[in-house]
Amino acid sequence: MNNFTVAIALLMLAALAYQLGLTKGRGVVALAGHRATHSRPGYHGALAILRAAVPAFVVYALWVVFGNQVIHSLVLESIPAEFLPQDSLQQKVMLQRLSNIASGFGVLGDAQPYELAAADVMRQFQGVGETIVTALMATVAALGLFWSWRTTTAETRARNKVERAINVALIACSAVAILTTIGIVMSMLGESLRFFQMVSPTDFFFGTVWNPRFATMGAEGQSGFGMLPLMAGTLMISFIAMLVAVPVGLMTAIYMAEYASSRTRSLVKPVVEVLAGIPTIVYGFFALVTVGPILSSIGAAIGVDIRATSALTAGLVMGIMIIPFISSLSDDILTQVPKTMRDGSLALGGTKSETIIKVVLPAALPGIVGAILLALSRAIGETMIVVLAAGNSPVLTANPFEAVSTVTVSIVNQLTGDQDFASAQSLVAFALGLTLFVMTLILNVIALVIVRKYREQYE
Amino acid sequence: MNTPNNKGYAGIEAKVKASLKRRQREETRFRLFGIGAVLVALALVASLFGTILSKGLPSFWQSTFVLDVHFDPEVVQIGPKPVLEAGEAPAQFNERDLAWQMELGFVDFNQLLINALTKHIPAAADSPRDAMALITSGEHFALRDRVVADPSIIGKTLRLNLLADANVDVWLKGNIDRSLPDDRQQLSAQTREWADKLSADGVIKNKFSTAIFLNPDSRSSLAAAGLAGAFMGSLMMMMIVILLAVPIGVASAIYLEEFAPKNWITDLIEVNINNLAAVPSIVFGLLGAAVFILWFKLPISAPIVGGLVLTLMTLPTVIIATRSTLKAIPPSIREAALGVGASKVQATMHHVLPLAIPGILTATIIGVAQALGETAPLLLIGMSAFVSSIPATPFDQSTALPVQIFLWQGNELRNFFEGRTSAAIIVLLALMLTLNSLAIWLRRRYETRW
Repeated sequence: MNNFTVAIALLMLAALAYQLGLTKGRGVVALAGHRATHSRPGYHGALAILRAAVPAFVVYALWVVFGNQVIHSLVLESIPAEFLPQDSLQQKVMLQRLSNIASGFGVLGDAQPYELAAADVMRQFQGVGETIVTALMATVAALGLFWSWRTTTAETRARNKVERAINVALIACSAVAILTTIGIVMSMLGESLRFFQMVSPTDFFFGTVWNPRFATMGAEGQSGFGMLPLMAGTLMISFIAMLVAVPVGLMTAIYMAEYASSRTRSLVKPVVEVLAGIPTIVYGFFALVTVGPILSSIGAAIGVDIRATSALTAGLVMGIMIIPFISSLSDDILTQVPKTMRDGSLALGGTKSETIIKVVLPAALPGIVGAILLALSRAIGETMIVVLAAGNSPVLTANPFEAVSTVTVSIVNQLTGDQDFASAQSLVAFALGLTLFVMTLILNVIALVIVRKYREQYE
Repeated sequence: MNTPNNKGYAGIEAKVKASLKRRQREETRFRLFGIGAVLVALALVASLFGTILSKGLPSFWQSTFVLDVHFDPEVVQIGPKPVLEAGEAPAQFNERDLAWQMELGFVDFNQLLINALTKHIPAAADSPRDAMALITSGEHFALRDRVVADPSIIGKTLRLNLLADANVDVWLKGNIDRSLPDDRQQLSAQTREWADKLSADGVIKNKFSTAIFLNPDSRSSLAAAGLAGAFMGSLMMMMIVILLAVPIGVASAIYLEEFAPKNWITDLIEVNINNLAAVPSIVFGLLGAAVFILWFKLPISAPIVGGLVLTLMTLPTVIIATRSTLKAIPPSIREAALGVGASKVQATMHHVLPLAIPGILTATIIGVAQALGETAPLLLIGMSAFVSSIPATPFDQSTALPVQIFLWQGNELRNFFEGRTSAAIIVLLALMLTLNSLAIWLRRRYETRW
């Protein structure tokens, strides 16, 4: 009884149920006439599927999820205590061995008598379990079919029932987004609370030393969890990125929205949007092999010591990544400013640039601020560029030519090593993640509220 | 008539005329700023693509040996391949098969390669170490696999294309400073001399290599490291994303746009979805690590977990794009359906949804393209592990294309892997650009202006 056969059987059952419902529905129509029947025959078919195939599927799903656990615990109980390993890992190995014997695949070496007996028990339970489940599925399906067959009359409100089921399914799908947020908050809160039991929140939020040693250092190594150097690095890189992206992105948007001919627009816009589709790892590589060395040699030429992997490199490249983000959002916002406002200014004798600077931009300002905040939240949460190009050196510095580290880099570093998940060294990643989540959440909510207000203003 | 008023107008006129030049200059300057910004953006796109293409394209061609390899029965001494006999337990057959493969493992396939090389450089037999440094180490496994696949080739001579070692490739392409002293060169002086000679003789050719497409990653045989494993991993994850994110996303978009009552709950869902779209991707990685790996005990490094994490990440994109498609469909369509007696579900399913299909397809492709390039969350669920096999099921260990790029850029043999990484980026970008152009084409082809 493998999943594939069951899937085929269930599909066949569904087809059968639909046919049965359809036939019965048609019979009803033939008897009572179109006008007197409530639902079209197809809805009776769909209802039959809901009553027969869906419960059978649920039974099987429950068996798949819980069946093996039940069998394994029963088998372990049947094994004499002196042979039963205490360790759950060894129990797992033993069960694997037993199921190899039970399935007839065989094991290397001679099987012990108690193993053969246990394998026999396993085979029996599996056989019994499968029989029970098959019988149960068949019964449920038959009952469903019978129910549908018996209760189908001209008055049966099959359509309403099917539509209610569709509605429930749609609501369940919408709930996934909510569940995701709840999952994010719960998992991060849970793990962060475990972390804060080991390290005090003041040390974490206001500490100036980031140096989480290996978990094997033991309890006395629980220091060096101060996130200020990381926060400083994050903010410095984001600031540099905005310094690059805001002027270029905004001017691009203004030129595209106000000056460019529609031909230029249709040529340049997709090219700039290509920048938006490029994976961040590619930007990281670009920063590492091209931008970093160039900056470093420029620094050498003018006598400034610029590291190849520095806050400047990462910030610059991150700025490039954000340009299309700002330009396309601002473009949308600028084109929403009513034409009458521009015409008014132009009629009073303003030049085009005066119109833009004194009329269009002030009108669009809230929207643009929203766009910039969204871009900032992107910059703060960006990972791959900084992992590759920021140099990973968590020290508190104000020099953009130095290597720094960020919150996101540290999350990656703390969770990708061979760390024990229960150690403070791993759990700190969740505390950092929670901080990051809250920061971006605040930025996003402010930005979304501003943008939405702005949209309503001109709609 | 000459009132002070008129004089005032004249004064203003004079003032305006005087300032006109300045204002027009400002206008020109502002415009130039705009053009400058656009040019900067275009130049950045050009330099990014220029860098990647110039570094990556040459590494699709690799130094390749064209050698006649004689499968000498003296060297390949091996019994016949075992077959499953009647009445034999599968476990026993497995053991016999393993024993045979073990025996095969003891065969010195390098000897075959040295014999083949000796025909071109007679001294090769005397210093086999230097000779074996020429050919990438994975090739003797390739020879073994040929024997496993077809034992009848023992005793025959085949003309084979064998990849040169990564260092040989670097040396012949000039990606390393040839004037460096011996102790800073990766290859011995003898090997370098032979490589030059074989290249001049035409035994080593710069050939288009399919290794990057067909092989999984490798650490021992760098020249043969490929993207096949990562590609399969990405493919499986994209399948999972399409199978889960699209139905769920479209269903919730339909619910929110067509059925949901306007109240605080749906408002909350809406704010929540907009916010999820802007949550940093690494946070989804943390979610995956905590929920799927710690709580549900799903396997680490597996495409199933990666697919689920990427599904959750793409879901808001799909929902938002589908909703805007549904919003664009005029109410008259719905009203007409409702007017002739359709129920709300019928109006949506029979009339609105079919009209929205092009938009939904575009949304799907955009979502998949976004998921395809995502790296950070995958690092957190252990997909940065080195995996040298092609995953067969979504529960096997695997990497993904962007993660493979991340791993390769960190390889110690920079001279070789800078090109290899760029080549991998070209493959990834080609996939993404194809997807995006498909989305644009679909939009242009089926877009309806109401």
